[in-house]
Amino acid sequence: MCLGIPGKIVSLHDANGLPMGKVDFGGVVQEVCLSYVPEAKVGDYTVVHVGFALNLLDEAEALETLALLRQIGAYQEEIDLMTEAERAGGAASPG
Amino acid sequence: MTAETPITLQGPVCPAPITQRDRIVMGHGSGGKLSHDLIAKRFLPAFTNPALAAGDDAGLVAAGPSARLAISTDSHVVWPLFFPGGDIGRLAVCGTVNDVAMLGARPLYLTAGFILEEGLELDVLERVIASMRAAAEEAGVQIVAGDTKVVQRGKADGLYVTTAGVGLVPDGVQIGGAQARPGDTVIVSGALGDHGIAVLAARGELGFDADVQSDVAPLNHLIAAILAASPNVHVLRDPTRGGLATTLNEIAQQAQVGIVLEERAIPVRAPVAAASEMLGFDPLYIANEGKLVVVVAPADAAAVLAAMRQTRYGEDAVAIGTVRAEPRGRVLMKTAIGSTRVVDVLMGEMLPRIC
Amino acid sequence: MKYLDEFRDAELVRKQIDEIRRLTTRRWAIMEICGGQTHSIMRHGLDELLPAEIELIHGPGCPVCVTPLELIDKAIAIAARPDVIFTSFGDMLRVPGSDEDLFRTRAGGGDVRVVYSPLDAVKIAQKNPDKHVVFFAIGFETTAPANAMSVWQARQLGLRNFSVLVSHVRVPPAMRAILGSPYNQVQGFLAAGHVCAVMGYWEYPPIAAEYKVPIVVTGFEPVDLLKGVAMTVRQLEAGRHEVENGYARVVTEAGNRPAQDLIQQVFEPCDRKWRGIGVIPDSGWRLRAEFADFDAEQRFDVGAINTKESPLCISGLVLQGRRKPDECPAFGQACTPEHPLGATMVSSEGACAAYYRYGRLARELAQSEA
Repeated sequence: MCLGIPGKIVSLHDANGLPMGKVDFGGVVQEVCLSYVPEAKVGDYTVVHVGFALNLLDEAEALETLALLRQIGAYQEEIDLMTEAERAGGAASPG
Repeated sequence: MTAETPITLQGPVCPAPITQRDRIVMGHGSGGKLSHDLIAKRFLPAFTNPALAAGDDAGLVAAGPSARLAISTDSHVVWPLFFPGGDIGRLAVCGTVNDVAMLGARPLYLTAGFILEEGLELDVLERVIASMRAAAEEAGVQIVAGDTKVVQRGKADGLYVTTAGVGLVPDGVQIGGAQARPGDTVIVSGALGDHGIAVLAARGELGFDADVQSDVAPLNHLIAAILAASPNVHVLRDPTRGGLATTLNEIAQQAQVGIVLEERAIPVRAPVAAASEMLGFDPLYIANEGKLVVVVAPADAAAVLAAMRQTRYGEDAVAIGTVRAEPRGRVLMKTAIGSTRVVDVLMGEMLPRIC
Repeated sequence: MKYLDEFRDAELVRKQIDEIRRLTTRRWAIMEICGGQTHSIMRHGLDELLPAEIELIHGPGCPVCVTPLELIDKAIAIAARPDVIFTSFGDMLRVPGSDEDLFRTRAGGGDVRVVYSPLDAVKIAQKNPDKHVVFFAIGFETTAPANAMSVWQARQLGLRNFSVLVSHVRVPPAMRAILGSPYNQVQGFLAAGHVCAVMGYWEYPPIAAEYKVPIVVTGFEPVDLLKGVAMTVRQLEAGRHEVENGYARVVTEAGNRPAQDLIQQVFEPCDRKWRGIGVIPDSGWRLRAEFADFDAEQRFDVGAINTKESPLCISGLVLQGRRKPDECPAFGQACTPEHPLGATMVSSEGACAAYYRYGRLARELAQSEA
């Protein structure tokens, strides 16, 4: 129940008494209500649902998540190699 | 069920009965299943003949001992009349030129009928006419007959255009949906979804601006180049209403073959992808008015691609899939993440969703 | 698209799948609450990639699907009135009422319009002072801030020709209803990421503790969904039942305070009937009394509504996660997206429609693939 996609705030204005912004989703610009993200600035990324910005995207969190996800498997390979070496009876040889 | 009793979730309860439709709804015009059923159940039984039954973009008929004609007709009711990249006039000429050309025919002559709404500014009509003239010149066709009618204010969106076109099919050319064969390569001439998104943005009802232009274009010269590059072109079709997905499903049904696509290969411009995500649309179902699908024997695929890429409107041609023997009548897609899913026909009207 | 494409990366997907395989030692049944998540799972074929031991049960997170039949019938009755412009999100137009759907109402002459945002409906009211504009305000907590703002704005603007037909539903009571059912098979929950963007996840710890199920706030892209599954499986394998946030780039524990404040000002909790499930106490929101002028149910007396249920469809069981769509005898036969028996087939995020569009032949494919 939540089609919300991330876009970049490119400008701010008021309309009909509400704080609005133009949000760019990558070549598509939509007028979005920013009432619920009062701290929003131009350049911020936000998740938009039915024309409303729900939250500002935390870039640091996003990057950290991606970095962690990329690590999965990398450490695992090391661990697997070590386990194999141990099983083979030889000294553990970290990669 | 009172507030005091603990919640015991009801057993099987169907929320709704089957809806019987006894009126036309907008979904009948979307090019998907409803449209198909309307044609299959209402029109075809009344007008039976082999040309109609073949189900291709144009009707193939004999016009003499060794002359075959491709004949097609289209009505154009687009609103707004003018949109980025085109207008109803260009749409009308290109749409019919393309339908005729999809049978491998050389489009020659068009007719044009106009239904004009009382109150339409003559300036607007002039612009549409000028656009049709330019499109006809580009395509190399002549508009040889026409008609105009006027209806009261409110009975047309400014103006409607109906075009019919006729072209000559060269000897030996056998192109149509039923010709697709297992092993064939499926090629698309360029990025998908531009026209549908451009028109939706121009309508202004969903309140977005997109850096997208309609791709409306006459494709007969591109088709000539394709046919010159290979005698083994089996199918040509333009993915208009209902999009690529519907077109490929039609071909799969006509030829009783399976088609498997590679999601990663399917070209979609970034703004079209963004608009689709925002509205919950799938670019595979959005209308195109200047693109075509080629199904060709695999040995000739490279030559066809090379020829297309050197021809106007084919510069971004790319192979996107293959024809298989199974599953018959179905289209599947290998997703970018490595799974496989079914690509079905469009059911009714595509609606923006909130989830 | 930034913050979207990265979370569809094939390499990251593969790593997540490998990780889940590594973690899984036995069968687990996990429910994703949100229809949007169901749609994404189907569209990307994620369930096909998961190990067979992991069963994804599709929950009732489809506001279109769970809107009560009576309300659809009311909407149709209101929309048919010549003095009304009826506005709605796109999906609602196809949902069958007792006799017809809003599409057919439009075909019959009703002024029914699709809007993208509830504020568009307010604009239509401003532009058409001689008509009454009704907005079909459905949705979960994600949509409530937007719907609430439309009422708020209408009042600020002094509009007298705008009202909303409300059918809001809340997730936590639905989770409790599912977990409390004697038939419950769900062992872990993927909480709806954008519901939590609004509400936070402070409501979930009591549920996790009471029913001993892990609850992981999860996003919508393939990598997000798989991450949610991995985190849930990790907890299940370790015998833990906590609330975790797997969508931290968008969701905080407290959620969006301004949004929650406005929801509270405009709406109040009420019992809600969920189509196919029944009444779940406190599971909905309705307009507060001071907004009665904007309540379409009060402004329009549409008379007695006689709803007709049919015995064939098992939407209820599907919504409760007790049956898969393809276990329904009518699935794909009597019931298809063009002849839907239930809302779960009509709505594009309904479990049955998602199955029909994407998953129906996946198993056949597995056999026919060379």
